Amino acid sequence: MIEFADVTKRFPDGTVAVEGFSIVMPARRTTVLVGSSGSGKTTLLRMINRMVDPTSGTVSIDGEDVAGRDPVRLRRSIGYVMQNSGLMPHFTVAENIATVPVLEGASRRDARRRALELMQTVGLDEGMADRYPSQLSGGQQQRVGVARGLAADPNILLMDEPFGAVDPIVRAELQQEVIRLQRELHKTVVFVTHDIDEAFLLGDQVVILETGAQIAQVGSPSEIIEDPASDFVVSFIGADRGRRALRLKQTARGTVVVDTEGRTQGALVAEADAP
Amino acid sequence: MSWVLDNLDLIWSLTLVHLRQSLIPIVLGFVISVPIGWIAWRFRLLRSPIVIVTGLLYTIPSLALLAILPGVIGVPAFSEVNLILALTIYAVALLVRSVVDGFDSVDADVRLAAAAMGFGGPRRFFTVDLPLAGPVLLAGLRVTAASTIALATVGVLVGVTNLGYLFTNGLQRRIVAEVFAGMVAVALIALVVDLALVLLGRVLMPWLRAMATRRRGIRIGLGAEATT
Repeated sequence: MIEFADVTKRFPDGTVAVEGFSIVMPARRTTVLVGSSGSGKTTLLRMINRMVDPTSGTVSIDGEDVAGRDPVRLRRSIGYVMQNSGLMPHFTVAENIATVPVLEGASRRDARRRALELMQTVGLDEGMADRYPSQLSGGQQQRVGVARGLAADPNILLMDEPFGAVDPIVRAELQQEVIRLQRELHKTVVFVTHDIDEAFLLGDQVVILETGAQIAQVGSPSEIIEDPASDFVVSFIGADRGRRALRLKQTARGTVVVDTEGRTQGALVAEADAP
Repeated sequence: MSWVLDNLDLIWSLTLVHLRQSLIPIVLGFVISVPIGWIAWRFRLLRSPIVIVTGLLYTIPSLALLAILPGVIGVPAFSEVNLILALTIYAVALLVRSVVDGFDSVDADVRLAAAAMGFGGPRRFFTVDLPLAGPVLLAGLRVTAASTIALATVGVLVGVTNLGYLFTNGLQRRIVAEVFAGMVAVALIALVVDLALVLLGRVLMPWLRAMATRRRGIRIGLGAEATT
């Protein structure tokens, strides 16, 4: 469990990125922080592994304040996946994946074995182990980035817009991969994105942020779509348009659902069970 | 031409001396420039002063420096130490800027990722920052090597013997072949050292070739997948 308690971050130039932020991120679940740029979502993420220290307030993991932990040791115990993969261009794929185990003193053989194992986990061909990142496609690089984040078998995985720079088809593929991995591994995932569809797809808990990391709404995707807390949320999630504002339409073969543009999105097969 | 054939032994021994007198300053200059350049890069306030002051060192006339240094460090002007020290100063003058540029060239995302993975300061320097600054450092080192090898010949004017001797002696005795032999020998050393540096770079930075192959592959119109 990760807990933010009344956290504020003021940068030296005076900008307040985060103000009075409090939340609990449950263990073994995916929490998605979603907001436009300037919402402080990346700053929040980086406070968890002390890449950024809060000006006031505390961030704690399982009840222990991270401010008391050695940053280097703390970071090795937390997986981190970033946009544009952030891979070491001078490390091979296997070396990149095994970065943290090697930092922790794993032998060459163990590190390599672990890397090959993880390549399989994230769906990479073992033949790529000795290539350099520049020889991989963007999607493959992101897979290596995910494998690297998982290498030390951390309980917590931080993902900072990991699929922001890949094309939509590859992104959809990687998102499914994350869902599959999470079903198998049950990590405590904190995922940052500006894409509300990605947030609803991956999040058990979705946190919608306004400027200065003010929480507009927290809840499961269903809760948010069913009961948006404010006009801001309505417009942010697009509840008033497109395929989130659906109408029923009777046709000769039964009931279908239609979006605001009048395009049929699907057929009504049965009523959902009441919660 | 007959002068050259008659004096091959002299040319060879002077070449070895010349090589020693230039390689030491190149290595020393590099070892000194990396920490200075790193400080200039790391601490923004010091950047301009350090880059400007070290750069200005290069404007000191070499003959003047060779005349002043002996008084400062207490060795005779004709001592090899005098020349090596002077050349080291010029090497530092050339290299510090390259070192700063080299560290600048390291992708900020990669440094961020390294910090996030849990690299400690010194480890990050040696396994991430320094190798990734490598291509720019190597470029600076190649310029410095060529410059040092050529500049070393002035040593002969204060009595340090090396290939420069062939210039002064050839001029005094009006043996054009001798001057020419000196020029060719200096150029050859510079070429060989440059080649050695390039090869060293290839061995130490194997990832650069992977990048180059990919770029070439794209330029001639192969799909990205075909080259991977």
